[in-house]
Amino acid sequence: MQLARVIGTVVATVKNEALEGRKLLVVQTLNKDLKPSGKPLVAVDAIGAGVGELVFWCRGKEASFPFKREDTPTDCTIIGIVDSDAHVNNGS
Amino acid sequence: MILAKVVGNVVATQKNQRYENARVMLCQQITPEGEETAYTVLALDAVDSGVGDTVLIVQEGWSASTTATGKPQAAIDSAIVGVVDYVDLLKDE
Repeated sequence: MQLARVIGTVVATVKNEALEGRKLLVVQTLNKDLKPSGKPLVAVDAIGAGVGELVFWCRGKEASFPFKREDTPTDCTIIGIVDSDAHVNNGS
Repeated sequence: MILAKVVGNVVATQKNQRYENARVMLCQQITPEGEETAYTVLALDAVDSGVGDTVLIVQEGWSASTTATGKPQAAIDSAIVGVVDYVDLLKDE
């Protein structure tokens, strides 16, 4: 899992049936100092996150486990919302 | 598995229900020599590790989920499965 900031939403009308009704969000992965690290990704939301929130996401096959796991095509799913930036205890 | 140093933790009230009662630790991957790399990862703690510990993180879902929650098939891709005492490397000739 990695920390990320939700920086936008994606609207896709034509998509896999299993993704109907799912929220697609653009996330920018962060390092421990909450600085951007790497390229932004598109994640499926499993928790009710919104733009601007600090979240963590799960990669790989496990990303489909919050949904119908055999059907849902995702490799990046938001599975938690960090309470606030201050709730990341990184020693600083 | 990767080697990492535990640098802190993260508090999230709203999260996948399979994460209840688990600690989400903020970890920085390190080289076998102990130098930090740029890769930061969140991992569920299965062995009561603490800040400053060098740990082993498994990044395969089935193992991570089983060790961290006792049951497979949770949305977990990284779990701390061991606290490293030391790494013994061949010396450069």
